[in-house]
Amino acid sequence: MIELKDVRKSFDGEKVLNGISTKFETGKVNLVIGSSGHGKSVMMKCMVGLLSPTSGNVYYDDRDFTNLDYSELRAVRREIGMLFQGTALFDSLTVEENVEFTLKMFTKMTKAERRDRVNFCLEQVDMPGINDKYPAEISGGMQKRVGIARAIALDIKYLFCDEPNSGLDPVTSRLIDELLQQITEDFNITTIINTHDMKTVFDIGDDVIFIYKGTNEWNGKVKDIKTSGNEMLTNFIEASFFD
Amino acid sequence: MTFFHEFGKYLLFLKGMFSKPEKLSVYIDRTITEMNNIGVGSLTIVVIIAIFQGAVTTLQIAYQLISPLIAKPVIGSIVSDSSMLELAPTITCLVLAGKVGSHIASEIGSMKVREQVDALEVMGINSSGYLALPKIVAGLIMIPLLVIISIFLSNLGGIIAGEASGILTSEEYLQGARQSFLPYNLFFALVKAVTYAFIITSVSAFQGYTTEGGALEVGSSSTKAVVYSAVAILFSDYILAQLLL
Repeated sequence: MIELKDVRKSFDGEKVLNGISTKFETGKVNLVIGSSGHGKSVMMKCMVGLLSPTSGNVYYDDRDFTNLDYSELRAVRREIGMLFQGTALFDSLTVEENVEFTLKMFTKMTKAERRDRVNFCLEQVDMPGINDKYPAEISGGMQKRVGIARAIALDIKYLFCDEPNSGLDPVTSRLIDELLQQITEDFNITTIINTHDMKTVFDIGDDVIFIYKGTNEWNGKVKDIKTSGNEMLTNFIEASFFD
Repeated sequence: MTFFHEFGKYLLFLKGMFSKPEKLSVYIDRTITEMNNIGVGSLTIVVIIAIFQGAVTTLQIAYQLISPLIAKPVIGSIVSDSSMLELAPTITCLVLAGKVGSHIASEIGSMKVREQVDALEVMGINSSGYLALPKIVAGLIMIPLLVIISIFLSNLGGIIAGEASGILTSEEYLQGARQSFLPYNLFFALVKAVTYAFIITSVSAFQGYTTEGGALEVGSSSTKAVVYSAVAILFSDYILAQLLL
């Protein structure tokens, strides 16, 4: 479980997060929704340690992530997998080398063991047999899947996805959504997804947090989202479907 | 104030590189790859520049000094000494600032703007150490070797130009070079080479690592890496000459 307690973040005095407190449960697909520029990505960056909150705390299973020293921070980060909006695969490495990367850095696996693990991860994302291709040689959807395979290569406990469906066609988006849901269930991890895509929310979401102007305007279950009574959330959902 | 702010960030970047490597063997592999990129990859340009540098210097010294009162070996001694003390280390490294420096800055800068550096951090890897340290170590090993090759080839270029133009024979050139040779001059050249190697690789890595934005900013970082490295090389050239000669 990941817990945020009164997380605030400002850039040059401009407040972007205004005291977010929430919990993300293990074994669930937790969705963070909201319009662009309201703080979703900043919140995610604060959670994975790419940004330091101005105040407040982030807890990973009772470990205060915001107050760990650098070596402890790195240890927690090894339990984190992240799928970036642009996939962030290493261009100069093949698909196999990308997925193998963390295994090579942090485990004492032999080359054969690493290859088995890479093949297992690529099978999980339904991408077997592309080990020797470079990221530039595969499609955007395939890159996303390889990004997920890389994220789960180590035995992670937490999976973060920043706009996993951006730039993908509806069919591929649906496949990525199903994949994320499946991985969350199979590995019993805490998955947190930043998205604008309401179809994703209704298809795979368990819990939802709606961010509006840097605050968590609404928290709840997906089934309650249409009857939330929150004006901002209702407007956001209507606008999403209208789009 | 901006200079001090940037210099402070540069020092913090250097400090941040030094943490216990996640896996030493991976860092050694990366260093060897970078040694190939920096050393072998720059060999052709260094060879061409060194030979022509020695050849042209010989012709120009001869043009200025040929006189019945000056022995011809003096030309060899001047070309040899100036190659070792200044031309080979400084000109070679200024060229390497352009070739190696821009490559390092654009490589790391591209990774930065495409979130690959963030990906390394999220994985628990010290991104500045992983990306910059192998390049700096590789530069510190390979650039002095390139400078030694450059010194040798400058003299070879001088000999060829002397013989081809009929100004002086290879024996006269080598006689002059031997007479004026001081081991300390070679030491000085290597001190310069190591200093310049550190400047080129670290300044360029820093420029790449602090890139924010997109393709335009990557190009801008690459240009800054070359300009700042060149200025720092010339500045340190003066300081080293003042301190060590």
